[in-house]
Amino acid sequence: MDLRYTDDEVAFRDELRGWLAQAMPTVGPAPDEDDWTATRAYDAAWQRMLYDAGYAGINWPKEYGGRGASPVEHLIFLEETERVGAPYVGTNFVGLLHAGPTIMTEASDAQKQYHLPAILKGEHCWCQGFSEPQAGSDLASLRTRAVRDGDEYVINGQKIWTSHAHVAQYCEMLVRTDPDAPKHRGISWLIVPMDAPGIDIRPLKTIRGGSEFSEVFFDDVRVPVVNRVGEENDGWRVAMVTFSFERGTAFVSELLYSMQLVADLAAIAKQVTGHGAAAWEDRGLRREVGHLAAELDALWALTRRNISQAARDGVPGVGGSVFKLAYSETRQKLGDVTDRVLHRAALSIDDLPGMGNGRHVQGRLHALATSIAAGTTQIQRNIVGERVLGLPKER
Amino acid sequence: MDLELSDDEAALQAGLRSFLEGRFAMGAVRAAADGLDRGRWRELADTGVFGLRLSEDDGGVGLGMTEAVLVFEELGRSLVPGPVLATHLAAGLVDGAADGSTVVGLIERPATVLLIEHFDALDVLLAIDDDGIWRIDLDGLDAEPVARPLDPLTPLHRVAELASGELLAGPEVAATWRQEGAVLAAASLLGMAARCTELAVAYAGEREQFGKPIGVFQAVKHICADMLTRAELARGVVYAAGVTLDGRGVDDAGRLVAAAKITAGDAAKGNGKACIQVHGGMGFTWEIDAHLFLKRAIVLDTVFGSVDDHSEAVGATL
Repeated sequence: MDLRYTDDEVAFRDELRGWLAQAMPTVGPAPDEDDWTATRAYDAAWQRMLYDAGYAGINWPKEYGGRGASPVEHLIFLEETERVGAPYVGTNFVGLLHAGPTIMTEASDAQKQYHLPAILKGEHCWCQGFSEPQAGSDLASLRTRAVRDGDEYVINGQKIWTSHAHVAQYCEMLVRTDPDAPKHRGISWLIVPMDAPGIDIRPLKTIRGGSEFSEVFFDDVRVPVVNRVGEENDGWRVAMVTFSFERGTAFVSELLYSMQLVADLAAIAKQVTGHGAAAWEDRGLRREVGHLAAELDALWALTRRNISQAARDGVPGVGGSVFKLAYSETRQKLGDVTDRVLHRAALSIDDLPGMGNGRHVQGRLHALATSIAAGTTQIQRNIVGERVLGLPKER
Repeated sequence: MDLELSDDEAALQAGLRSFLEGRFAMGAVRAAADGLDRGRWRELADTGVFGLRLSEDDGGVGLGMTEAVLVFEELGRSLVPGPVLATHLAAGLVDGAADGSTVVGLIERPATVLLIEHFDALDVLLAIDDDGIWRIDLDGLDAEPVARPLDPLTPLHRVAELASGELLAGPEVAATWRQEGAVLAAASLLGMAARCTELAVAYAGEREQFGKPIGVFQAVKHICADMLTRAELARGVVYAAGVTLDGRGVDDAGRLVAAAKITAGDAAKGNGKACIQVHGGMGFTWEIDAHLFLKRAIVLDTVFGSVDDHSEAVGATL
């Protein structure tokens, strides 16, 4: 074991720092999170800058226009961009991390040539149409139907939790093409243009008060059969391919941001007073915040382990589910400590004068999503229990 | 950057595990309640556990903290009894520690309650404080045995006071021992946390109620998943702390040492409790090993800084 970076990795970091030092002053402030048109334009512009500098698709293979960076270089990229407060992957998330890798692995040459460059350049925004009101944790029970009519599929049904739906050009979609087959075997993976007639997008208001995602309704939406990726009824396997592309880097930016939140919260605790003393005078509170910082340090080490494993074997192994379970628990404890430190200042989602409470209150609310999105804590525990520990299945 | 075991590191760990499973199976470990087996102590020394970090010229193995972490993970996993950590730290400072001919104990001071572990087995007793490492005259000690120590495999004697003793090493060595001791205690706690997970999973897979193995039920399965999560969270940072103390790191060593002791302490105590719970009524019996892991975890949390102590230290860096 050796945590030091190789000369090549150090050179990669130096080059990236040099570019970021030049590029960042040209990037304006991030738009309001709920202004989706402005957010999309902001993310697209950043992605184009990355593309022109040779950093787009950092972990995509070179043959598909990516940089072909190693898992360690990918980690360095995320570390450095977070350090300077560069824009996140944002609305390019589904294209770069989900649809793109799936298309690379499973799609036809024509589909690859059309879609992959547009994702890399930030020209196309993608959204995901997997979950449905009746198909959440039990995703394979999805019901949205696609029926063949000549050279087209006719889609009817409803998707939910669809991020960026209102600004996306394309949707990666799981549909049921054989209702009589066992549930995992009657599903197909489709590319659906979001401007097709019959698509109705209805934003959902979240507990943050904004609308990060939508419900999407499909009413006789017609999509060419050539938009299918993979064989008909083989869509479940196609969708799973994406997950093997994940190399333990999914939460790096969030983790680094969380570390900053803890440090900033300590700074606030040194300022705010109650009962005649600064909150930080409370030894119990100092221990709790220190404990959280230690857990985040441990999550950072776990990230290094997962990436080390990915660098060796190509997949991060058991680390993904373990990381998510531990991370969401730590973030929720941070949320509770945030309430205590901020006290009445925790009652405003927006910054109060001189407090800097806003991002902490937003983070406090966001923490509640970490144990639900991308596989609930309960589903993750089933995965760990059954696939890692080998305990018998209930079903 | 690589935080996965190299082939040599994996071989070292596998070799020691194989030795410990043969010579320190639970029957032999439990027998230590009646006193330390000097023969087995010598065998342990022969594997290089105590002289691991001494140079080969000094009769050691010439390895570093990275390897010592893997060794102590195994010692913890097998609940090897006796003052293994104190004797390991003392190798090079106390003659005969490395080869197993001298059994060395260590007490941290100042402390309100002065408890000496494995007193009857000791050839040498050291004390560590801010000023250095001291040798305490065992013959001059008025030590009272604790009738019922919490951990039956960690016998205790109480002394009312300690003479200052003979200074063997200064404050810098003491500071180094504290960091190394915290990381190696964390490594033992990690091994215990992982072993508890294995024991609970094995039991959940074979014990049947309502016509099924209890591991089928999510109420039990999720306890086991959380056990693995706690152990794996600790594993990365414990390894990282060892590597960093060897000068092959990139992050602050002090923070990593503290985070290692905190998360490994949480993991071993949490998993010890969970292991008892998964075993149900049997888990509360003396016969099932689960309690021995929890009790040792409580012992190790009190050495080289508790979870609370290190949490406060991390807080002070913010």
